[in-house]
Amino acid sequence: MTPAYSARGLSKVYGEGPSAVHALRGVDLDIPAGEIVVMLGASGSGKSTLLNILGGLDRASSGTAHFRDLSLTDLDDRALTRYRRNHVGFVFQFYNLMPSLTARENVELVTEIAANPMPADEALAMVGLKDRLDHFPSQLSGGEQQRVAIARAIAKQPEVLFCDEPTGALDSATGRAVLKVLNDVNARLGSTLLMVTHAASIAQMAHRVIKLADGAIRDVQVNATRLPPEEIHW
Amino acid sequence: MSPLDTKLLRDLARIKGQVIAIVLVIAVGVLLQVMMSGLVASLSETRRAYYERNRLADVFAPVARAPEAELARLAALPGVARAEGRVVGAALIDLVEEAVPIQARALSLPDFGEATFNTIYLTAGRLPEPGGRDETLLLTAFARARGIAPGDRLPVTMNGTRRSLHVVGLAEAPDLLYIGVPGEMMPDPARVAALWMRRTELAAAYDMQGAFNEALIALSRDATEAAVLDRIDALLDPWGGTGAYGRSDLVSDRFVSEEIGGLATMARAVPPLFLAVAAFLLYIVVGRIVQSEREEIGQLKAFGYTNTEVASHYFKLVLAVAIAGAALGCLLGVLAGRAMIPIYLTFYNFPFLVFRPDPAAFAIGAIASVAAASAGGIIVLRRVFAFTPAEAMRPPAPPDFSRTITFTGRAARLLDQPTRMVLRGIARQPWRTLALAAGIAGGMALASGMTTIYGAFDRMMDLSFTVIDRSDGTVVFTHPLGEKAALELARIPGVFSVEPVRDVPAILRNGRETHRGSVTGLVDTPEIARAIDARMAPIALPDKGIVLSQALADILNIAPGEMLTVEVREGRRPVLEVPVTKVATSLIGAPAYMRLDALNRELAEPGRISGARLRVDPARAEEIWRLLKDRPTVAGVSVAKDARASLQKLMDQGAGSARYIMGAVAFVITFGIIYNAARIAFTERARDLASLRVIGFSKGEAAFILLGELAVIVLAALPVGSLAGYGLTFAIAAGFSSELYQIPAAFDPFSHGFAASFVLGAALVSGWMVKRDLDRTDLIAVLKSRD
Repeated sequence: MTPAYSARGLSKVYGEGPSAVHALRGVDLDIPAGEIVVMLGASGSGKSTLLNILGGLDRASSGTAHFRDLSLTDLDDRALTRYRRNHVGFVFQFYNLMPSLTARENVELVTEIAANPMPADEALAMVGLKDRLDHFPSQLSGGEQQRVAIARAIAKQPEVLFCDEPTGALDSATGRAVLKVLNDVNARLGSTLLMVTHAASIAQMAHRVIKLADGAIRDVQVNATRLPPEEIHW
Repeated sequence: MSPLDTKLLRDLARIKGQVIAIVLVIAVGVLLQVMMSGLVASLSETRRAYYERNRLADVFAPVARAPEAELARLAALPGVARAEGRVVGAALIDLVEEAVPIQARALSLPDFGEATFNTIYLTAGRLPEPGGRDETLLLTAFARARGIAPGDRLPVTMNGTRRSLHVVGLAEAPDLLYIGVPGEMMPDPARVAALWMRRTELAAAYDMQGAFNEALIALSRDATEAAVLDRIDALLDPWGGTGAYGRSDLVSDRFVSEEIGGLATMARAVPPLFLAVAAFLLYIVVGRIVQSEREEIGQLKAFGYTNTEVASHYFKLVLAVAIAGAALGCLLGVLAGRAMIPIYLTFYNFPFLVFRPDPAAFAIGAIASVAAASAGGIIVLRRVFAFTPAEAMRPPAPPDFSRTITFTGRAARLLDQPTRMVLRGIARQPWRTLALAAGIAGGMALASGMTTIYGAFDRMMDLSFTVIDRSDGTVVFTHPLGEKAALELARIPGVFSVEPVRDVPAILRNGRETHRGSVTGLVDTPEIARAIDARMAPIALPDKGIVLSQALADILNIAPGEMLTVEVREGRRPVLEVPVTKVATSLIGAPAYMRLDALNRELAEPGRISGARLRVDPARAEEIWRLLKDRPTVAGVSVAKDARASLQKLMDQGAGSARYIMGAVAFVITFGIIYNAARIAFTERARDLASLRVIGFSKGEAAFILLGELAVIVLAALPVGSLAGYGLTFAIAAGFSSELYQIPAAFDPFSHGFAASFVLGAALVSGWMVKRDLDRTDLIAVLKSRD
């Protein structure tokens, strides 16, 4: 099976000279398509930097990163935008919904520009929000807002879903509900799921767990058995 | 330094672009305040001191020829404190380099000692010796403009006799603060003069031995001016009194008062406008900072800082900006005020004029800017204090858009999500949107109004010198002559056409409204100088009745159909009751027109003319003026070209020059408002825009949401601003208009198009500058922050 992502010697340096910060130090990595991959690590370990480079939000200082045959490290700004638009969905810690659009409209924001979207109502039904279609973010709880963000990310039926601390701002019960949705999306749409988190227990639902420290990969672990999200506690 | 103060300095450095913009807006407001009120104070105080020190008379009473003995009777009138007589005459200075003679006022100095009234201020040389033959003082401004110095000889025609006067000194006088070219009223130091000679000398020249032809009077403390004027008129009537008048009717004082009044009005109206804009901008900026620092505020409060301590931290920021603006404004205001002084010295004959800033202006400027700035900050801080520390430290809930616009049916199908965001953004904060639109509309109004006024000044010149009065020159005779005089002028080679006129001094009265001016008699169908209506069509003068210029109709508060009292002050001095038949468009002076034959009939002086307007061959004009210079019956010639140049100079360097400053300010403010609007919209939306970019929106698509709102507001503001600008044109035109000239207000499509293009251009440039920042945004940094 061809990997969804492969990276070789991927490095990222912020700043110059003695004050330079090496966020990534020559990372080699392969991520098979269709897996749930959880990246664990302390603050400053480089996990978010890696996620941002693979998601087309940031550029590597050196090394290569490929999404299938597409060399991400060679793309210009316009092409990176096209990549994000056509292949990738994002879920963030702080939801990042448009406060001036309803739940349905937030999802339609993406379906209007995507190549092969699912109907917005269907995406919201998948995350259990079919009764909250016409509510504005201000009228939704934190968990509901995060689920709208997930619906928005999956509505374009992306090949990859990037989640940066998706449960970071939620209580654990709500967080579990959100993880269940992500798990369902992976199962139903076959999207590769890349998740960055602080919470080590979440790794139990992943196919593969990548541990980072000091900008390098310390360990890659493949879970023989995965725990359903309902059973995860943190 | 406390850590909070360090934070303050860093905050200021972080938002330095906006800080500079706001400091400048405040500074401009304070600058105008300090400069204008300082000029008002300096001009009024200098005038007051000058009048007091040089004893300007309270009442002026011109008379044909009254014996010296009448002065005692004048002084004995109730309400009169003192009276003095003097001799005043018209003289012509014949300079070799000038084709036309220069008209001058000759004034008498007492033979011995100082005059009781209107004492002169000697700027160079010495006084004429008592009995010193042909010795004269010359008006300083004229001498400087012509390079004449004490010791020079001056060829002067007085009462038809040519003499060579010896200039022994230069002087100024309080009754000649402003002196206009006779027949034009324009100030032009090079083309109008005054000279002073000892009484005996001057009386000899004008046949006034033992007599006077102007009485100067001081009123007693409790006198009522109007009543005293009546008594003086009654007393001097047998001696050919042409009507006594008070200081407010003294031409010199009237023009200075108009200037000061205009400045005072602007000083009251303009600076608050700037401070209001600055307050609005500070409100938005401080609000933005406080909002983004909710969490820090929560922490400070959790540490135990009181609301007051936290508030004072942000208040210091507001104060720093306000004080910087006020200080810069005060400094620039004093510099600008000093720079303006030479302009006033060009057109007004002040012996001394020092710019003295009004201390109150500093205080008002500083307090107003701090108050305006704090008003913005306080509203925002109140919101923050309502939170408990725990609440403040939680990220803010998303702003509520549920009560904005719901899109259903067609709208839902037609409008894409970005468009909905734009429309809901506008609808969610209608007052903010309105304030912004009002600001931009205000800018558009100022810009279109000022551009219209630029054009109106040129239009005024054009209409006056090519449509209303098409003469090349106006000849004024020493006294009314027979119609034959016009024929004689027509016979001069190079003179194309001659149009006789009869100009008689008159007091026009409508109830309590009075105007001292003149009535101009024109031929039946004038071709050269005409009364025209608003559509630029000539008005046919009635056989019975009078046509007034708009300016005069306004002064007298009279409309066509009403009766006007005309007290003619010449010849047999009839008092006429005539109907006003039409109001004419006139842009220079405040003329009144009658038919020449009708006017002469009333005067019982058929066929008399006081002068003529000429059209001449341009190639021979110089030669013709030189020829006229030598005719004893010619009191003066006013050349249209020179009058036009004087007016142009007055408008470019004098009172009219303010239009350039105001125009520049209008454009700067408009740009400032639009740029800040775009900038603020960007800061508020940065997070949404970054999210859109992450989702896969291109830079252009993201910019649409940012700039779409601005575009809608700008487009909505344009017609409103255009309408307001049309209204404003009338106010500005009225502000610039004086008795000397009137600025015509009208809708000028070009100006509105130009202003609209500027506003759109400013919006495009602002949009481009903000889009550049959007393109450079660090997507990740924005998304990681909570807000």
